[in-house]
Amino acid sequence: MSGTQQELSVSLWRGGKDGRYRTYAVPRRESQTVLDVVTYVQRHLDPTLSYRFACRVGVCGSCAMTVNGKPRWTCRTHVAKVAGAGRLEIGPLENLPVIKDLTTDMAEFFQKWQRAKGVFAPSQTRHDSIAQIRPDTPARAAADAAIECINCGVCYAGCDTVRWNSAYLGPAALTRAWTLVNDQRDAGNRERLQAVAVDGGCHSCHSHQSCQELCPQTLNPTAAIAGLKRRTAAAYLKGEIKA
Amino acid sequence: MNVRLYVWQRATAAIMAPLVLVHIAVIFYATRQGLTAADILSRTHGSAIWASYYGLFVAAASIHASIGMRNVLIEWSPLDERRAGLLAVALGLLLALLGFHAVIALVVT
Repeated sequence: MSGTQQELSVSLWRGGKDGRYRTYAVPRRESQTVLDVVTYVQRHLDPTLSYRFACRVGVCGSCAMTVNGKPRWTCRTHVAKVAGAGRLEIGPLENLPVIKDLTTDMAEFFQKWQRAKGVFAPSQTRHDSIAQIRPDTPARAAADAAIECINCGVCYAGCDTVRWNSAYLGPAALTRAWTLVNDQRDAGNRERLQAVAVDGGCHSCHSHQSCQELCPQTLNPTAAIAGLKRRTAAAYLKGEIKA
Repeated sequence: MNVRLYVWQRATAAIMAPLVLVHIAVIFYATRQGLTAADILSRTHGSAIWASYYGLFVAAASIHASIGMRNVLIEWSPLDERRAGLLAVALGLLLALLGFHAVIALVVT
């Protein structure tokens, strides 16, 4: 089915791991996003299509899919930008188990956030006064650099190291760890540095920088991981953490 | 890769960087001057400096390559971490054996 100016040829992944692509004809519209296309198929052509979205405005991180071979946030990806010759091939995110159609099981992705100690460890109680944070310190600038992560999984799906080494924590979890390492209010750094210094931690990163190239929020997980490598190496040499 | 292996790999890389440059310079010198194997061996025999230089080079290269191969095996072969580690150590020992054999040939025999 060839696409025309008025019509897109859209191949969508259908089924589970052993599924296949099925092609649909979708009307071309002005300012149309990839999520609009997927929604059109479900609302008008095949109501059994499964996919995930929530906010539609690039905040929630739910709607990431593989679009013409690259992981993207579909709600903010315009068809005009990616549909060369009026064709779209949309599949589930890679490096994650497929549940059905375009939905993946994100459990392992978020479990790795837990393993990387991506949870804030408070150093004060509600009875203490509010911490005064200077925005111009180098540590706060490093924390702020990655704080806009929306947990969409695009970096994880595009990471070669995740593909080759299933134990690797991945760019998102490590970036979260780096944010907290630089948060002066956090009290869990020794455990966090220990958690990311083991096999599958930050030192597994090859600095291919796919995460940096693909991140829809234009964050730089590679730089965050490099920071963790330096910080953990220093902590190891001081005897603060073990391999 | 964990932090211990990372530190060892970076440290051995730092050791090898200047050694590689000197090694390449020596190769250029030897070929430009048209030195024969006998000429080279006559200069290296009994030399504690060349023994130390290439001994350190072999040790650093064996450790560095072994750690790198462990990573490659974990990522690109079906071996688990323990088996990949054992195979990588065996490879490192083989490299060290061959390397030190060459160093001995250069300065002793």
